[in-house]
Amino acid sequence: MAAVEAEGAGVDTADQEDDIIKLINMHKWYGQFHVLKNINLFVRPGERIVICGPSGSGKSTLIRCINRLEEHQQGEIIVNGVELTNDLKNIDAIRREVGMVFQHFNLFPHLTVLQNLTLGPIWVRQVPKREAEETAMQYLERVKIPEQAAKYPGQLSGGQQQRVAIARSLCMNPKIMLFDEPTSALDPEMIKEVLDVMVGLAETGMTMLCVTHEMGFAKTVANRVIFMDMGEIIEENDPFEFFDNPQSDRTKLFLSQILHH
Amino acid sequence: MTDTTATPSATSGGQTYEPGTHPDLPSPVRTEGPIFWIQKNLLSSPLNVVLTVLGGLLIFFTIPPFLDWAIFDAAFTGESRKDCEAVASGACWAFIDERLHLFVYGFYPVDERWRVNLSFLLLAIALYFVLYDGAPYRKYGLWYAVAFPFIAGWLLVGDGAIVKSVTTDQFGGIMLTLVIGVTGIAFSLPLGILLALGRYSNLPAVKLLCVCFIEAIRGVPLITLLFVASTMLNYFLPPGTQFDLVLRVLIMVTLFSSAYIAEVIRGGLQAIPKGQFEAGDSLGLKYWSSMRLVVLPQALKISIPGIVNTFIGLFKDTTLVIVIGLLDPLGIGRASLADIKWGGLAEEMYVFIAIFFFICCFSMSRYSLYLEKKLHTGHKR
Repeated sequence: MAAVEAEGAGVDTADQEDDIIKLINMHKWYGQFHVLKNINLFVRPGERIVICGPSGSGKSTLIRCINRLEEHQQGEIIVNGVELTNDLKNIDAIRREVGMVFQHFNLFPHLTVLQNLTLGPIWVRQVPKREAEETAMQYLERVKIPEQAAKYPGQLSGGQQQRVAIARSLCMNPKIMLFDEPTSALDPEMIKEVLDVMVGLAETGMTMLCVTHEMGFAKTVANRVIFMDMGEIIEENDPFEFFDNPQSDRTKLFLSQILHH
Repeated sequence: MTDTTATPSATSGGQTYEPGTHPDLPSPVRTEGPIFWIQKNLLSSPLNVVLTVLGGLLIFFTIPPFLDWAIFDAAFTGESRKDCEAVASGACWAFIDERLHLFVYGFYPVDERWRVNLSFLLLAIALYFVLYDGAPYRKYGLWYAVAFPFIAGWLLVGDGAIVKSVTTDQFGGIMLTLVIGVTGIAFSLPLGILLALGRYSNLPAVKLLCVCFIEAIRGVPLITLLFVASTMLNYFLPPGTQFDLVLRVLIMVTLFSSAYIAEVIRGGLQAIPKGQFEAGDSLGLKYWSSMRLVVLPQALKISIPGIVNTFIGLFKDTTLVIVIGLLDPLGIGRASLADIKWGGLAEEMYVFIAIFFFICCFSMSRYSLYLEKKLHTGHKR
């Protein structure tokens, strides 16, 4: 798998029947700005993909299209067998199966940690409150902060908040998890605690798409690294090949910039 | 600072500490306590000292004379102004005392006044459930509070069957103020929320409708709307429709303040980061769930000062109904001044009404402060 060719690259959908995410010739514009150009991406269940690239390359926009936080204008996005269209039913069906973790956590500040975790299960999945709270406590233990359940997000550190945000997504029992630069807003000493949780999650076989520049994380858990620039997928490869033997000049330049600072 | 050592914090208070062992020391200057407060707030600079002295003089020359007039030299009993003047040089509260029933009930039939008293009691119970979140059975209490305006409306107007009908032109005084104020507050908040969401919506038709409504209502003085309510509405309604004047006023006051509430809440909505909407969306919450559970609780919290400000304004604006012939406490008071027996006791009347409005509005203001403090969850730091 070397550098991906441009427009019209032969995409054989036949043997990709059971891919959990399919992006086929997908384009997106912000007004006149062509932000994503002919994206073709196929993700198998349980696959863990790291997406990297310079800022403004469209990597966040790409994963935000997968749960329709952004709308695409051309091509197809099929998630868990459901095509994303303007049909609200489809959008809701996909959002129920796709969890998302944001750079700035986006916890609900007016609710306690426990309430943050049970909101989705109770109101979207109609889980009884008690059961939702039990599940929530299990996930809080998994991210190692059960003692913070009664606190408000504003009382936690950044790393703790991000772990709560991960637990909140997991409480919805998603099939796919999207991570949008989950460690970029954290102080250095808090990055590890969040990455540890993500590595633990990867070990459970969760399908993960992760926009991050944490190269150690990519090498530990990713099956594939995707490099984006100017709205295109420039290169995709397994992580060790990607870092040790980058193909395109743009990738080499990018890697030299993030690895030598 | 003369001896320099390896670490800047090595010496403090004449004591030397190894790096990493410096204990927490008390501050050498006062940073708390009543004396510090006085120093900082009253005597911090020459100008501040002058202002403090002037403030003290102002209090000294205004408060004691007022208290003398209102309490120490006041007459509380008597049959007429002459009786008062015979026993005291200050206020003549006997006037208010004799007229109190008018101030409270307006012209409500004497035999039916228990209905007004009962609705005051029901109002107090409703307020208890709405304002105090530790109330037992609060869930049911809130349903009751939602039903209260309708129960009270039935109780005060009557249906001619269970309780006798009382026409609304007999409403007046504090009771009328509360009817208009409470109804306006109770209905303008939900209506204002809907208008704000409509104006914030992505649906162009809904948005346009809400914008037009809000701008039209805000662009017109309340007094004009009241005149419209009292006169012009008849032209728009089918001929022969009997449409109660107080009801029209209630509708106009509610619409008027809902337009203001909508703008206050829209401000709150705009302060909610986009990430909150996205987090709700990505959890799969539908629009109304997301608004109800995520966005509005935060937006309303931010909007509390503005909302209460509007409510206080509404409550005081109820005095404007005097222009269309309804007699609120102020109207009753002015009518009472014409009484020969008590002639010209304007100060007592205005002070009494001022105290009534002040108690109501100040309570709202304090409650909103309490609410803000209670809802503060430590995310603003």
